Amino acid sequence: MTRARALLLLLAAAFFAIGPARADDPRLVPDVSSRAIDIQYSFTGEELLLFGAILYPDQRLPDDRADIVVVLKGPVRPIVLREKKRVAGIWVNANSIRLRTSPGFYAIGSSRPIDQLVDERTAAIFELGLSNLSMSPTGFSEAEKLQRFENGLVDLYRRMGLFYENPAAVEISEGVLYRARIPVPARVPVGTYRAETFLISKGRVLAVASRNVEIRKAGFERFVALAAQRHGFLYGLAAVTLSLLLGYIASAVFKRR
Amino acid sequence: MDLYLPVANLSVNALVIILLGGGVGFLSGMFGVGGGFLTTPLLIFYGIPPTVAAASAATQVTGASVSGALAHFERDGIDLRMGSVLVAGGLIGSLIGAGLFELLTAWGQIDTTINILYVALLGSVGTFMAREAWGALRAMKAGVPAPARKRRHHPMVANLPLRWRFYRSGLYISPLAPLLLGTAVGILTMLLGVGGGFIMVPAMIFLLGMGTQVVVGTSLFQILFVTIATTMVHAMTTGAVDIVLAGLLLIGSVTGAQVGARFAQKVKPEYLRMALAVIVLLVALRMAVDLFIRPEEIYTVQ
Repeated sequence: MTRARALLLLLAAAFFAIGPARADDPRLVPDVSSRAIDIQYSFTGEELLLFGAILYPDQRLPDDRADIVVVLKGPVRPIVLREKKRVAGIWVNANSIRLRTSPGFYAIGSSRPIDQLVDERTAAIFELGLSNLSMSPTGFSEAEKLQRFENGLVDLYRRMGLFYENPAAVEISEGVLYRARIPVPARVPVGTYRAETFLISKGRVLAVASRNVEIRKAGFERFVALAAQRHGFLYGLAAVTLSLLLGYIASAVFKRR
Repeated sequence: MDLYLPVANLSVNALVIILLGGGVGFLSGMFGVGGGFLTTPLLIFYGIPPTVAAASAATQVTGASVSGALAHFERDGIDLRMGSVLVAGGLIGSLIGAGLFELLTAWGQIDTTINILYVALLGSVGTFMAREAWGALRAMKAGVPAPARKRRHHPMVANLPLRWRFYRSGLYISPLAPLLLGTAVGILTMLLGVGGGFIMVPAMIFLLGMGTQVVVGTSLFQILFVTIATTMVHAMTTGAVDIVLAGLLLIGSVTGAQVGARFAQKVKPEYLRMALAVIVLLVALRMAVDLFIRPEEIYTVQ
């Protein structure tokens, strides 16, 4: 349903799109398969479809092939990243750094590997790629240590599915329609996500467009998470009551037998 | 059957958690222990964050100890005075534990501390129980009754000032001794999510010298109230109690406990104690291995 509606929207957008911002630059009309992802009891992750159209002025396709990069980025938050070392035979957390703006989720998909699309500087400016995330680190002295920690974080989050990189995720059809699937795992942090699309040709970013995606807990899960955060006392009482009740019921049931 | 845990922020297989609770409940019913010392490590092995595991295990122990505590109360197997002093100590302990928890989390050493405490406690208690059970088994095989232990409290306990009479326990000792014992166990409950029965019971017998007929009941009484307190403290400080996780564990453990209690009546207590000692030692060993081998994750996010 969402896809059909989105396609309709897309056609409408293409139809009414008269005159882009700059006369000779192409424009992007992006959309996502769902504007909001609800996390509920059976949530085990979801696949988000990022798609849209490239609008060229005068509806004329350029001779060069243009590429698309899509990025889905979660809310940033300050974290402490710790590194374990062997101290007196046992493994303990020894070193740490602070990252003030670490995204809780970052996925990037493109039609070709990023390093074939843009130079390093451009990639850094637009934060394209897992090695180009700007996380505002503090509490480190050498660049080597920072590099080691950032690699550690990327590796950890990659295996948890929170960081994702796929240089073949974007499919472009007829040079104007693009689509990419981004997997969203169950353990994603909630918040407002930004789905960004970049149109890149000859090493230059021609157009950028973005959409927000809301990932939130819904229904019972939302109620429980909020209660645990805001009403600790009542929540604790509820947990205690539940355990007393279940314990009592079980003993009463078994006694009757 | 996958189920999303709203506080732990991940989805788990509900059946696995219920079975885990059931297994722990079976053991706890069989041996008369809360089983928190098994739940917390097992949940951590499964991938639940350690804080959530400890907090939710404490909630589960409450449920597991209700029926036992009630049964002992009906049989007048609880020294209420002794229990109240222990609970008072437990409340102090859970508050101290909350402070320690926060401090250790800020230092990044909470996981290692939990691990080391488990190894030290389970290792020593397990060894002690195994030795005691081994002696009893050998005496049983030889056909001679085990030599009756003389009931007396530790000399350190006798030196404490201000003595009270604890009639049901048959003791005339300073309330400071059980108060301190309760405090220590309260700290452990907060940090490890254990009820502490496996420390409390030997401590009551060998440190305080309590009469054995009220030891288990009084220990359950203390566990019941102290785990309630730690659930409350966790809910108000760390916010790490996952009610869905606790509910799943409870469904399994309260049923398992009843089955285990029935099963226990068919087996000789000496064998039961030996089996428990072996389980405790295995958990300690597993956690010790974790300390010494290179962990899977060198980097952790907080």
